[in-house]
Amino acid sequence: MTADIETFAKTAEANTPLRMQVLRNIRNRPTASGAAIAIAILVLLALLAPVITPQNPYDLASLSVMDNRLAPGETGMTGITYWLGTDAQGRDMLSAILYGLRTSLLVGLTATAGALAIGSVAGLLAAHFGGAVDALLMRIVDFMLGFPSILVALILLSSIGRGVDKVVVAIMLVQWAQYARLMRAAALVERRKEYIEAALNFGLPTRHILLFHLLPNSIGSVLVVASISVASAITLEATLSFLGVGVPVTQPSLGLLIANGFEFLLSGQYWIAVFPGIALVLLVMSLNLLGDRLRRSFNVRGP
Amino acid sequence: MNAEFTQDAPLLDVQGLKTVIHLPDGAWPAVDGIDFTVQRGEVLGLVGESGSGKSVTGFSIVQLMDSPAEVIAGRVLFNNEDLRLASEERLRSLRGNRIAMIFQDPLMTLNPVLSIGEQMAEAILEHRDVGRQEALRAAADALVRVGISLPEARLRQYPHEFSGGMRQRVAIATAMLNAPDLIIADEPTTALDVTIQSQILFEVQKLARDSGTAVIWITHDLAVVAELADRVAVMYSGRIVEIGPVDEVLDRSRHPYTLGLLRSSAAMVEPGQRLNQINGMAPRIDARPSGCPFRTRCDRAMSICAEQDPTPTIDGRHGFRCHNPMPQRDAA
Amino acid sequence: MATYILQRLLQSAGVMLAVSVAVFFSVYGIGDPIELLVPPQAGAAERLELIQRLGLDQPAWQQYLTFMGNALHGDLGRSFAHGVPAVGLILSRLPATMELVLLALSLAVLVGVPLGLFAGLDPHGKPARLILACTVVGYSLPNFWKGMMLILLFSVLLGWLPTAERGETVTVLGIRTSLFTADGLRHLVLPALNLAIPNVALVIRLVATGTTDLMTQEFVKYARAKGVRPRRIVGRHVLRNILIPVVTVVGIEFGSLVAFSTVTETVFAWPGMGKLLIQSIYQLDRPVVVAYVMLATFLFISVNLLVDILYAALDPRVKLTGGAA
Repeated sequence: MTADIETFAKTAEANTPLRMQVLRNIRNRPTASGAAIAIAILVLLALLAPVITPQNPYDLASLSVMDNRLAPGETGMTGITYWLGTDAQGRDMLSAILYGLRTSLLVGLTATAGALAIGSVAGLLAAHFGGAVDALLMRIVDFMLGFPSILVALILLSSIGRGVDKVVVAIMLVQWAQYARLMRAAALVERRKEYIEAALNFGLPTRHILLFHLLPNSIGSVLVVASISVASAITLEATLSFLGVGVPVTQPSLGLLIANGFEFLLSGQYWIAVFPGIALVLLVMSLNLLGDRLRRSFNVRGP
Repeated sequence: MNAEFTQDAPLLDVQGLKTVIHLPDGAWPAVDGIDFTVQRGEVLGLVGESGSGKSVTGFSIVQLMDSPAEVIAGRVLFNNEDLRLASEERLRSLRGNRIAMIFQDPLMTLNPVLSIGEQMAEAILEHRDVGRQEALRAAADALVRVGISLPEARLRQYPHEFSGGMRQRVAIATAMLNAPDLIIADEPTTALDVTIQSQILFEVQKLARDSGTAVIWITHDLAVVAELADRVAVMYSGRIVEIGPVDEVLDRSRHPYTLGLLRSSAAMVEPGQRLNQINGMAPRIDARPSGCPFRTRCDRAMSICAEQDPTPTIDGRHGFRCHNPMPQRDAA
Repeated sequence: MATYILQRLLQSAGVMLAVSVAVFFSVYGIGDPIELLVPPQAGAAERLELIQRLGLDQPAWQQYLTFMGNALHGDLGRSFAHGVPAVGLILSRLPATMELVLLALSLAVLVGVPLGLFAGLDPHGKPARLILACTVVGYSLPNFWKGMMLILLFSVLLGWLPTAERGETVTVLGIRTSLFTADGLRHLVLPALNLAIPNVALVIRLVATGTTDLMTQEFVKYARAKGVRPRRIVGRHVLRNILIPVVTVVGIEFGSLVAFSTVTETVFAWPGMGKLLIQSIYQLDRPVVVAYVMLATFLFISVNLLVDILYAALDPRVKLTGGAA
């Protein structure tokens, strides 16, 4: 009886196309649309960083050590006004943050894309071939997911050293497993459908079936989860960099900027750590909120 | 006990009960102003297709309707007390105590992680100031009465160790624990197979007779009603379309819908006779036709049926709502 | 039951073996430890002598066998930096980390379960939405950032609590702990809170969705029809069901708490095994890194086994039998 009432209430909104529902869902939510706008602005700022920043923070020659640790709004020896203050090397924090944002986004997006690619292939292979391939791949996945990702990345980086490329590799290594598991589950459902059966009977090559039939039809839920995982990739990078095993000092991400400012936090020069932190928090929170809304709109369960 | 001794005040007197379901486009009546009474010790069969409002009626009596459903009008007099006006605590003290319920699906109604003993004992402990041991002893006695052997061992077990039929016996035993005045059984045998169904019918009938408990038996199955009930109320689209003593309503049906139900029920048709389905489907709650809600499926419908909702006609103890009822027959 | 535990122990041994291979070859196999170990000013003879002493002239598989042989005797090598056995070094830092982890887990359950129940009972109400919004902030903010903000707020701006390091300790049952001194507790508050926040958020969400879901279950309606008091419906019928996933999550999160204690211990200069790990990574003290991973894995596996046994005790439908698991 209760079930009758519920199904009845649900049919009311069941007749709109899914894409429209999702869009409306985001537009009607002030937090989700706010998050989408914030992400757009942050990405734009990161892309335009070389054009709009008053200073190139990587160019040590342009830095004046005399201007170190100036408070926000102060004007330095060179006549530049440092709206967000300067760090211990006299670097303009605004410039450093925008460049840091670039690094953080670069690492987050590449690592997610890489993990997504590896995980999807592994998941597809496991689902398609089953048997020993499936058993082996899923054992590896279980093994990987059994350990906290931060620990795996930390240990890996401790042996291969720091570097933007190395951080990307480390994050890919800890994140591919969740996509593999999701992809396998989605592909297993898809594989039982008749059109795959038909394609197999038709004698289409395996690669063709995997790439053009199984992949496009199973990737939906994986992509939705990836939208949230960008945020965790960025957080993981920031954490590793904060711990000093992530990106190199020559190309600081937001996490490393925060670490550099940490020692000055206690002496009251809050801006060196706090402003990059606000940028990071804004980015991660927005990605999380938007990803969460997407996940709920598409009704995908998290990893 | 039977009805003749307690003519004065019925145990349950439902007047103009109306329960709506709130949907984005308005409030639609699931139960649309119904009246009926239940005497002490009487078994009332409440019959109808799914969506007719019979289950909603059962839950509305004990005021257990959750959003999006809501009881919005009517009186539910139980021992002369209007349950619609009763406080939540008063209702709680009546539920499971004076009015017990048995649910449709025995697989879903027991909490999977609590022992059978705990779930039976709480029905006593929440209403009476007795010790846990005494409650468990009463539970064990009740299990024996519904034909479950080794009750002490059974009480220590968990629901997954019981079959569906056994769980429904547990539910019946639980309903009897406080010797209630009324049991509302919501399709309690629908999920069970036929042999277990008739055993349970037999047990309920016996228990009702022995203890003077009244029963409202909600079902879509006229055969069950014929076997069990003293009186029957037939519901369609949230209304009672025909009500009366069971032999009156089943043998001398006045409403075409009742007749349709009878003719489509395998157990109620003489061997060799054709089974007739009622045309079409019950209308959705938000798409009920004007006038008589049954007219779109009725082969006796006239023009007035589309214009006017039929008012109840009372013929002795037999009532029905129809503009063009089946002709009256003399008892065969 | 006994078969089950035996089977699980065998599985655990397999996992430990796999971890030892993975960690040995990734930590020892990549890069040349000689470069790091031998002082630059050392002569060729000294260099050769060290290589032979450490067995680095042997093939990799033989080095691994030696390592495993020693590991079975509880010897995971000596710390380069401290010159003491790595296992002993890590174990000496274990109590400080366990204080944080256990306090954080207790907070997660003691705060998360009631708030989750509260939010789950009326998920569309204002308070519930506020709580659930806070949990999004709670688990999506980077852990190190939360720690810094806690320090900024409670230590720098308000001056209520110390900024860093462990407080006064006492020895209880042979373990040095700061749980029983006022100063120790004052030092514990912020790092434990920081470690707990993501888990509090997780438990709240888990319990809230579970509660909302359970309240619509037929057995809850049936309990109401039996006249069971709301307090008992929530406190017994719902809570008893909720505990099952909570226990599982607590078990899984134990591992991530130990892992994240590296971050919290770094922020709060807490002398636990997490901070030791980070220091060892800086100092390229590989035996300590390897020993940490092996000990952490052992810890995770033990806790998981414990949780599975507890799980079976909580859920009457689960029987621990060999084979299926």
